[in-house]
Amino acid sequence: MGKIIEVEHLVKKFGDLVAVDDVSFEVEEGEIFGFLGPNGAGKTTTINILCTLMKPTSGRATLNGFNVVRQQNQIRHSIGVVFQDPSLDIVLTGVQNLYIHAYAYGVPASVRKQRIEEVLRLVGLWDVRNKTVRDYSGGMRRRLEIARGFLHFPKVLFLDEPSLGLDPQTRYAIWDYLLNVRKREGITLFLTTHYMDEATVAHRIAIIDYGKIVALDTPEALKRMVGGDIITLKTGNIDVAIAEIHDRFGIDAQWDREGVFFEVPNGEEFMPLLVSNFKTEVHSISLRRPTLDDVFLKLTGHEIRDEAGGDTAMRRQWAMRTARSRGGGMSH
Amino acid sequence: MRELRGLYIIWYRDLLRFWRNTGRLLSSFIMPLLFLVIFGSGIASSMTGLMGGGGNFNYIEFMFPGIIGMVVLMAAIMSGVSIVWDREFGFLKEVMVAPMSRTTVAIGRTLGGATIATIQGVLMLVFIPFVHISVSIGQVLLILPLMFIMAFALTAMGILIASRIKSMETFQVIMQLLLFPMIFISPAMFPTEFLPSWLNGAVKINPVSYAIDSLRQALTTPPPGMPGFGMSLFGHPMSIAEDIAIVALFALIMVSLAVWSFGRQE
Ligand SMILES: Nc1ncnc2c1ncn2[C@@H]1O[C@H](COP(=O)(O)OP(=O)(O)OP(=O)(O)O)[C@@H](O)[C@H]1O
Ligand SMILES: [Mg+2]
Repeated sequence: MGKIIEVEHLVKKFGDLVAVDDVSFEVEEGEIFGFLGPNGAGKTTTINILCTLMKPTSGRATLNGFNVVRQQNQIRHSIGVVFQDPSLDIVLTGVQNLYIHAYAYGVPASVRKQRIEEVLRLVGLWDVRNKTVRDYSGGMRRRLEIARGFLHFPKVLFLDEPSLGLDPQTRYAIWDYLLNVRKREGITLFLTTHYMDEATVAHRIAIIDYGKIVALDTPEALKRMVGGDIITLKTGNIDVAIAEIHDRFGIDAQWDREGVFFEVPNGEEFMPLLVSNFKTEVHSISLRRPTLDDVFLKLTGHEIRDEAGGDTAMRRQWAMRTARSRGGGMSH
Repeated sequence: MRELRGLYIIWYRDLLRFWRNTGRLLSSFIMPLLFLVIFGSGIASSMTGLMGGGGNFNYIEFMFPGIIGMVVLMAAIMSGVSIVWDREFGFLKEVMVAPMSRTTVAIGRTLGGATIATIQGVLMLVFIPFVHISVSIGQVLLILPLMFIMAFALTAMGILIASRIKSMETFQVIMQLLLFPMIFISPAMFPTEFLPSWLNGAVKINPVSYAIDSLRQALTTPPPGMPGFGMSLFGHPMSIAEDIAIVALFALIMVSLAVWSFGRQE
């Protein structure tokens, strides 16, 4: 499949500030592409340039084959945008907001009504469609913006921090809709976030810091950059366990308060090998995979603010969901 | 075709917002009502006396077209507010990424604001029975385009200013600074000969003067032998057509500037 977005040496300066600093990347058609970076990294600025809202200082960018500076109208037809900040007409009702959008984007009259109903049902706002948006909750507004973003069958949907300020339930729900829509309509998703767990939804992630892309790869590959998975054994007999691990796998394990631990490239495959036939008595085994936090820290030397919190149960649920719904529909 | 669609939907949205906002609709009645009650009863008799004219001069009749003009003026200029509002509430971004040119957006909004202002002007006609003037259907049909051209010019002016201004407060201040001179340095409320003579030049360069003069000529007949009742330029008394030609020229300049300014913002 072709490249839907191509960006070469993109630079955007605001006075002395270089908000986007020589950025180059490509996005495949149908891909979920993520921009991960802290506040002020230049994520929104890059999106603004790709959406024709700002002109780059230098560099070149094309989307769906169109130049973002010279072919603005064609670009605008090809994209949907969910802005970081609110962008609804709160005086109008939900359905009126969508009607105006559908009309402006030339969704044919024959399918307009049906399409509006479809997206409203998809994001669960059909029952409140005739309420004024002013009376919507934050989550309802965000869902309406997302519905509006893909209402007109765009080729690329930009999602600038789509789940900002939403509770976990709503975030999961929103991603359910989005992954669903992507699968059915083949939309390319371009997302920015500083939630680590949200970034793992992407097929590929560009880590961006101070306007520069410091790494670009699949989440798995990025995590491998920081090293392997860490397996921790709780055992009453530390010395024996360390010796047995050394004898059977040639790995020098270490130990601390948590137990005996060691690093392997692929923890999930290693665990069955380990537990079959392990002589020393073991109380528990745990596997910790490197997170994107670790990646970010290693690449930039500082931590990204992660508002997602450290609730591991929630993360696991999140990972399961995204892994499940992400599979399929993607062919490179 | 695409641009026409854009023009329509931008215009449509403005009207939709207007109909949903009954407060705005009702508040447009308050100011003219106050003027009619206060000026109408109190000042009318003394004004009528002041003007001489042997009782031919009816101040309320004189003032009524001025009030219509004032309502249109305020409504038109205030549509600039909605641009500032859209910026503050973020909807402007949605408009800016929509597949239509900036020119279409600016003209669509000008048409929308002008339509709303004209509607508000038309609503003032409900006061006709109270001011005891007779207005024919033909006269009503005549003032429709006059009001619309006036409204179009002033909405464009409001949008021009709004496109350069980022905060609501600044916009309100500038509007107040413009609104009152435009109303009171014009023949809206009083015949201009009641104004100090040094303001005469200002009256003549104020386009609102001609807009109001055209409305007045369309709705009322000046009493015979009453100088200063209507506008004149270089000693030449203005006809409706000449009045509105000046307003239309002003409209053209304003909308060009508004389009230019709106297209330049990032
Ligand atoms: N219109 C502007 N004028 C001046 N500076 C700007 C403008 N827009 C953005 N910047 C600056 O550019 C830098 C990048 O901003 P940007 O909004 O792209 O960051 P971001 O990665 O989206 O951050 P966040 O996670 O907070 O949304 C910031 O330092 C910001 O202050
Ligand atoms: Mg941002």
